[in-house]
Amino acid sequence: MLLDLFQKTRETSMEMKPQEETGVKVVKCKGCGAELKAYAYGKNLYVCPHCGRYGRLLARTRIRQIADKDSFVELYADLAPADPIDFPGYAGKAAQLAEKVGMPDAVKTGVCRIGGVETCIGVMDSHFMMASMGSVVGEKLTRLFEYATEKSLPVVLFTCSGGARMQEGMFSLLQMAKVSAAARRHSDAGLLYITVLTDPTTGGVTASFAMLGDIILAEPRTTIGFAGRRVIEGTIGETLPDDFQSSEFLLSHGFCDKIVPRNKLKGTLETLLKLHRQPKPKKWQVWHYGE
Amino acid sequence: MANKPASEKMRIIHDPKRPQIEDYISELFTDFVELHGDRYFGEDHAICAGVAMFNGMPVTIIGHRKGKTTEEKMAANFGMANPEGYRKALRLAHQAEKFHRPVINLVDTTGAFPGVGAEERGQGEAIARSLYEFIELRTPVISIITGEGGSGGALALAVADRVLMLENALYSVISPRGCASILWKDPSREAEAADTLRITAQDLYNFGMIEGIVPEGQTNAQLIRNVGRALRDQLAELAAEPDMDTMLQKRYEKFRKIGIFRQINQDQNEGV
Repeated sequence: MLLDLFQKTRETSMEMKPQEETGVKVVKCKGCGAELKAYAYGKNLYVCPHCGRYGRLLARTRIRQIADKDSFVELYADLAPADPIDFPGYAGKAAQLAEKVGMPDAVKTGVCRIGGVETCIGVMDSHFMMASMGSVVGEKLTRLFEYATEKSLPVVLFTCSGGARMQEGMFSLLQMAKVSAAARRHSDAGLLYITVLTDPTTGGVTASFAMLGDIILAEPRTTIGFAGRRVIEGTIGETLPDDFQSSEFLLSHGFCDKIVPRNKLKGTLETLLKLHRQPKPKKWQVWHYGE
Repeated sequence: MANKPASEKMRIIHDPKRPQIEDYISELFTDFVELHGDRYFGEDHAICAGVAMFNGMPVTIIGHRKGKTTEEKMAANFGMANPEGYRKALRLAHQAEKFHRPVINLVDTTGAFPGVGAEERGQGEAIARSLYEFIELRTPVISIITGEGGSGGALALAVADRVLMLENALYSVISPRGCASILWKDPSREAEAADTLRITAQDLYNFGMIEGIVPEGQTNAQLIRNVGRALRDQLAELAAEPDMDTMLQKRYEKFRKIGIFRQINQDQNEGV
């Protein structure tokens, strides 16, 4: 489940910092190697115009793409990882990444408006230890669900994760139960929860809140699965096809509602949120148009 | 209770003579009727489940089956369940809710099965659904980790009012072997990883993640007897709860409080 984690963490994505902050003018697409003008690439939502590869987004870049302008208010930004089991090297690595990525752990949570609808939003960020879930990710998402339940708001989560954060031992595994429990209470209150699966959503996050949305959307060609690809290849002793554990694979097996390209995501979320606007009707009734 | 290191416990729980779910069932329960199938896809032999009598009270038993002979082990996929196994477990948990009987989960698995079919049929969704349903299941649930508590595959049956562990049982987010191969690129250092990960019953008890440790005694017979005694005591405690809503609230809060983090100055954040 976690085996793919570390190799990928080392590559620094070109979408790591927005162009206006770094001053870098030209970036290279990791898919096809084409040289892209950083500004235009950002305008294209970090999708390569040549090969169509989806760049992995920083949480704040994603929020800028999805939330109505200037509507995002961050919540629970003051939570940072501890080192609950004194795992070798963990504290140092987390501190180093906090500096580099500009957030103390792998998720950003808050409230915003999407198409004018007030919504709780959580965005996981693969640049921070492959968005593995430890106590901070679990706590922030749980608080977000509890806040949304209290205020009767919908929740939209953008998931990506290498799975549970092994460096926090059992504290990480039990976050799966904690977040799922809060999601359940939110659902029992009759509220809408949408998950958007982004690259890569695997392990303990797939096996908990990522799969519990009322509506599950996914970006195209995204890796989504439970067990790591290499673990499965080890089990069966053969190489798996390229599209195994892709969002298309998930759609065809009935585990996601819709694949939405990045430039249609905001619009799709706006429509879905509008269709579930609170307060919902007390009971089903025929609506008379124009009255 | 002697507190042995995790690496030594790893050897103990892999002893082929260690009791398995069939032993617990035949010693502690009467009138066991095994029930099969998830009603969607198939039957998973890696999960053994059914109804039985415990001290004169009907209960639902669900647990991982590892198998003893080679044929049994193959049939049970060495205790690694597929999605249909977890869906069967959930079906029978809901049945227990309907007929107002407690659910007893016996957890002993290396993990959920990492296979092609498991991914096609939504292993992640099956486990997620378990967590989502067990947390609000309106009947008492007791889980006992009897041997290996392997990650999500164990957690799917360990969202309960009471989670107990046998003295030598282990419960871990990742197999020590997997951890060693990621951390040191050397799976043979699994003993070292096992000790680093803090996965013994004593560790989890100190972290406040489990409610009790069941002593194993000297023989298998003593071990099983102790499990029976623990089950009886815990059921009696749960029966004393004033009502279901109180019990569910406690179950929620038990998981809600788990997590250790620091509070920092907000300025260290870059915002959006």
